[in-house]
Amino acid sequence: MPSLKDLRNRIASVKATRKITKAMQMVAAAKLRRAQEAALAARPYSERMAAVLGNLASSMTGRDDAPPLLAGTGSDKTHLLVVCTAERGLCGGFNSQIAKLAREHLEKLLAEGKTIKIITVGKKGNDILKRLYGRYIVDTVDLRAARSLQFSHAQAIAEKVLALFAEGQFDACTLFFAEFKSVIAQKPTALRLVPASVEGGGAPDLGGAIYDAEPDEGEILADLLPRNIAVQIFRALLENAASEQGARMSAMDNATRNAGDMINKLTLKYNRQRQAQITKELIEIISGAEAL
Amino acid sequence: MTSLHFELVSPERLLMSDDVDAVEIPGTEGDMGILPGHAPVLSTLRPGVVTVTRGGKAERIFVRGGFAEVNPQGLTVLAEVAIPIAELDATKIAQQISNAQDDVNDAKTDETRRRAQENLDHLKALEGALQASH
Repeated sequence: MPSLKDLRNRIASVKATRKITKAMQMVAAAKLRRAQEAALAARPYSERMAAVLGNLASSMTGRDDAPPLLAGTGSDKTHLLVVCTAERGLCGGFNSQIAKLAREHLEKLLAEGKTIKIITVGKKGNDILKRLYGRYIVDTVDLRAARSLQFSHAQAIAEKVLALFAEGQFDACTLFFAEFKSVIAQKPTALRLVPASVEGGGAPDLGGAIYDAEPDEGEILADLLPRNIAVQIFRALLENAASEQGARMSAMDNATRNAGDMINKLTLKYNRQRQAQITKELIEIISGAEAL
Repeated sequence: MTSLHFELVSPERLLMSDDVDAVEIPGTEGDMGILPGHAPVLSTLRPGVVTVTRGGKAERIFVRGGFAEVNPQGLTVLAEVAIPIAELDATKIAQQISNAQDDVNDAKTDETRRRAQENLDHLKALEGALQASH
């Protein structure tokens, strides 16, 4: 049975914790709004890019001279996994969910006898994956120093991926991140980068006309595909940032509520014990007086 | 069709989405003037200035790295960098160019030299665009 003093100390410490989680929740809420705006602002670009790419790709299908970034290298041996996670913890299951999805994917590929390589973006994902798959990690990207996400960050990652591809280091590349559905829902997502996944059907109606391409379609595509990788990575980073703050906000909201419950329980216990002690002391006095 | 729907998008934000009279874009194979009702076309862009004519007034925007798409719905320019010329400052850029030049000279590894050179090229393109607009 803890003494009254122990209980008082515990109540004080839980109260301090609640203050911290409350503050973290509020900071996350403010950051979430900014991250959400950034993610929304970036959406038109990647949507346009996907539409144009879809148009071009459909005109290239079946042609032998389609660039390898679109059509693949012809083999399917080595897979590169780019895993984007957060730089910080205390955001619920956010990081482990992404890592879990990546791990399932990885195990499947390993079981099929493929070679894998991993690039991690963000410290937390690296921490989780390096324990089991450290020997596959070829590169890590740290965005800790970045105050706000810029397109250049995504470009630097894309350059790494493209350099590896140019050296023939991998045949297929998949990007892992958490898609921002809403403040309370983040969905870990795997997106195939190489060969490019293009969705058809989004082509605008040209009224029977076909595009004039300048220079020709192949050249535009060769210019567009590397850029598309950077854009997709940028989108993933932004979605991730928004998801992270959302996850942190709900995790901290839970923590604040739990701390509140705990304080109530401890206070009740404290009061009961105090009362019991007073009663005990009274009985001692009374029985002492009676004995006289 | 009397007006052209023009959208200028950079990865960070949507810069402009409006109905305009005409747009001139710096295509890789030469400048193109786009008027309402233009045939569908796709073109990559070289670093340069996009001129937008809207209500008799011309606006100039520096763009780098991107492409343009014309379809019956309008013209879309996707650019990695897009800065309105009015926001550029000639003296500041000259200062940055000399800094970048120093970076190139001081670079110790090929990688840093390449990056510095890229930066320098970008700034020179900016300066050229600025001079052309005066």
